[in-house]
Amino acid sequence: MPRVAVVRFPGSNCDFDTLRAAEGTGADAYFVWHREADLRGADVVILPGGFSYGDYLRSGAIARFSPIMQTVQRHAGAGGPVLGICNGFQILCEAQLLPGALMRNAGLTFVSKPVDVTVERTDTAFTCDYDPDSRLRLPVAHGEGRFVAAPDTLRMLEAEGRVVLRYVAATERSPFQPNPNGSANHIAGICNADGNVVGIMPHPERAAERLLGLTGGSGFFTSMVTSHQDSSNSGV
Amino acid sequence: MTYRVHVRVMPRSGLLDPQGQAVEHALGALGFDEACNVRVGRAIELAVTADSRDEAVTRARQMCDKLLANPVTEDYLLQVEVD
Repeated sequence: MPRVAVVRFPGSNCDFDTLRAAEGTGADAYFVWHREADLRGADVVILPGGFSYGDYLRSGAIARFSPIMQTVQRHAGAGGPVLGICNGFQILCEAQLLPGALMRNAGLTFVSKPVDVTVERTDTAFTCDYDPDSRLRLPVAHGEGRFVAAPDTLRMLEAEGRVVLRYVAATERSPFQPNPNGSANHIAGICNADGNVVGIMPHPERAAERLLGLTGGSGFFTSMVTSHQDSSNSGV
Repeated sequence: MTYRVHVRVMPRSGLLDPQGQAVEHALGALGFDEACNVRVGRAIELAVTADSRDEAVTRARQMCDKLLANPVTEDYLLQVEVD
């Protein structure tokens, strides 16, 4: 079973939900405080949602300089899987582990509701249990989730197939909940060039068991286990 | 020598600035129809100890590039004066 480090920053508030969702797969999940420098042998690192450092200056801008982030950078650089959820995604962008930035929602309001997304990338450590082009209903809860990147960066992300999750487009009489924040190309989640670092705005940990009303997010956590077993079996 | 650094951080032109739009809308509602192209940024002030003004500017620029502004979405202007 993979060892899963859930990093807690001052202001993280999805840490327990994320730990529980990871534990639900049988993974050996534990918290790591942001002041620590050791990930304690983690196979997988998750940066959970919340409002690290009160979102001061910009979301994720200060958390990026926490001591643990240097270790997370090394883990990512060595090909280790890293998932950033919501504020975790913002931190990964600020740390330049992922391109682009997350800006104030186009509608200015904090959006907290379920939205529909398509899983476009199913070869990552967090999405390998999904079928290609699966459609999921996942909660979002953010004020700054509008993905923005330079035009050539956006073209590169599309050309290299690095959009992991995409909000469905708004169409008349569609039963689906569309892009909630004005994100470029309806992007809800992306990965780095190697596919081991993934950032997503929706909260799979809030949709990971029947009691929560939605279960579509559990695949993010079972995928960690599947990919860990695959890499163990192949002797990597 | 201590220098006073004023940093003006603005959303990059061309990027949607919903805060600016909302403020512009509110100004219009108050009768200020002449107000347009409203953009909302932030101002940061700090004191820097340095041997020269050039050194203060260089250090302040590094602070902006690393932390105070996001190079993807924001531009900044520096003003450095003797404190």
